[in-house]
Amino acid sequence: MSNTPVATGAPRELIDPLTTRAAHSDFAVRLRANSEYVVIPLLALIIAAGLFAVFLMAIGKSPVDFVSYVWRGGFGTAFSFQNTLQRSAPLILTALAVAIPARIGLIMIGGEGALVLGGFAAGALAIPMIGHAPPMVALVLMALFAMIVGGFWVGFSGFLRYARGVNETISSLLLTYIGIAIMNFFVEGALRDLSNPNKPSTMPIGDAYMVGKIPGTQVHWGFAFGLALCVALYFLMARTTFGFAARVTGGNSRAALAQGLPVGRLIVACSAIAGACAGLAGFFEVAAIQGRANASLAAGYGFTGILVSFLARHNPLVIPPVAILLGGLVASGGLIQRRMELPDATVLVLQGFIFVVLLTSETLYGRFAIFRSTKERDRT
Amino acid sequence: MNEAAVITVLIAMLGGAIRVSTPFMFVALGECLTEKSGRVNLGLEGTLVLGAMVAYAASYHTGSPWVGVLAAGVAGSVLGAMHGSICGLPRVNDVAVGIAMMLFGVGVAFFFGKPYIQPTAPRLGSIPLGFWSDNASLKSALQVNPLFFIGIALALALAWSLRNTRWGLVVRTVGDSAAAARAMGISVNGVRLMTTTVGGFLAGVGGAFLSLSYPGSWNQGLSSGQGLMAVALVIFARWNPLRCVAAALLFGGAGAIGPSLQSVGITQGYYFFNAAPYILTLGIMIATSSAKHSARDMPGELSMAK
Repeated sequence: MSNTPVATGAPRELIDPLTTRAAHSDFAVRLRANSEYVVIPLLALIIAAGLFAVFLMAIGKSPVDFVSYVWRGGFGTAFSFQNTLQRSAPLILTALAVAIPARIGLIMIGGEGALVLGGFAAGALAIPMIGHAPPMVALVLMALFAMIVGGFWVGFSGFLRYARGVNETISSLLLTYIGIAIMNFFVEGALRDLSNPNKPSTMPIGDAYMVGKIPGTQVHWGFAFGLALCVALYFLMARTTFGFAARVTGGNSRAALAQGLPVGRLIVACSAIAGACAGLAGFFEVAAIQGRANASLAAGYGFTGILVSFLARHNPLVIPPVAILLGGLVASGGLIQRRMELPDATVLVLQGFIFVVLLTSETLYGRFAIFRSTKERDRT
Repeated sequence: MNEAAVITVLIAMLGGAIRVSTPFMFVALGECLTEKSGRVNLGLEGTLVLGAMVAYAASYHTGSPWVGVLAAGVAGSVLGAMHGSICGLPRVNDVAVGIAMMLFGVGVAFFFGKPYIQPTAPRLGSIPLGFWSDNASLKSALQVNPLFFIGIALALALAWSLRNTRWGLVVRTVGDSAAAARAMGISVNGVRLMTTTVGGFLAGVGGAFLSLSYPGSWNQGLSSGQGLMAVALVIFARWNPLRCVAAALLFGGAGAIGPSLQSVGITQGYYFFNAAPYILTLGIMIATSSAKHSARDMPGELSMAK
């Protein structure tokens, strides 16, 4: 395994070992090749937006109004942009829950379940600690518990995949439904706060135990943690032996096995990391937004996170901007609903358009000569 | 729990199994046909929801529930054709497209379905098969919807034609070896587009049953995962339409445990019994899969098999 990087680096040095021009042209070639991964998703976004505009016009609404309300509701003012950042925090974390397993070749869509169960676990753990433990200790324990529960939930899908060959996409979505049922079971039963007649919830954790805002903003710390995790997980997957082994497994698991890589442990580890991210998203939803665990946790962030990860091509560093874009769309949903008299599912329809067009655009890779180096073109 | 209550629960479960299994059956038969041709359509959950909405709306506007069933089938085949044609392009992942189609179908259904949550649409009638009995609960349990029998007839027809007709041979060849099918001059993408479209039609009809028979209304929580469970059910049924019917009945029974217990006043653990079908599905998937070799009778071209 340790020989491989040397082997891939060798041909370049053989062609032109010393001159800096070689490095430059290499950079240009890479830029040219990588721009394909930016241009094609952007093209897909534009086409999806165009199709959605046609859809809006077909039902007699103005696409221009729609854009202006998305701008005003999601990005235009300091208040709305901070709201967008706040909404993008769970999207960043649930997108990571898709992106990390994708590196090892799994399509894992259990982020919603891990978010709900993680949030519920955090809210339940808070109940005996309220008024006894110092807030900082309580919050750290809650976050850890949420990550462990979430990690276990998605990790289980990964384990089933490796140990029993169970399709991870189906099992992770089934576990999502089971997770939501478990939360409902407790929230409407044993752990229900009977003093709250409106909506079945756990006991409120109280203002003293809430996660605060990032100083100088109205955005809770979940956003900062999301960004930090994106950077950390990028380095884990791109710059460490663990990440390299995971990517080898994702490329060809039989080859990875033949190399003696611990494929099973890698798959479970990547899935557990994914679940931990989604569980952390649940913790922040409970401890920074809702103040208690209830059915509002299943707000669909886990499903929007799938789209975010695919749009970012499962690259952790690209996830934050994409999450902010879609977070703004989610944040402006209420304004669009009120002002344009459109149903709240409008945002879902737009997301559906984007997702379908994006996956269709996969077929365009490698079709445009402009993205290929002259050498490659000569060869073909 | 005394003896009478046990009998009531069992009868309610029988009726529930028949009712709850019908949408499973249609989605599973549709997915079975699609997977026989070597492609997975995970988007049938979205198709089911959209079918339910379209059926309810069409029944409300035309006054005829059977027009609703047909409209649901057409809507389902549109989604199926979308999936089929997108996946016909090179380098497109059918599982990922399925997830996208699921979100798309659900989004479109919720978008257009908002005005139909309140009004009542004419529902599908049922055949009273319990006329010979004096037992009221048995009578109500044996109010069977005609779609249940249509589903069984379809399963028989599908099983027969997959095995005995030229058309069935073409579908199976495409599903087992695309290269062999191409060598025979069969258009692989054309066959798969057709099977996915027909599969979408059937899933749409399954959705129509949800909104027009049982539970018999349209709301946003109508389907939570039935479409997905039906996909898992096809694996369990080893791609055989007749075993799909048996598996659907089993799942229907599991789904009917919660409501049957509720009918005799046992509400404890309601959420647990609600989760029973999901847990059953997962348990069955764990029990029937193997890490060492792909499932028995699995079409060789399925992306799950590689």
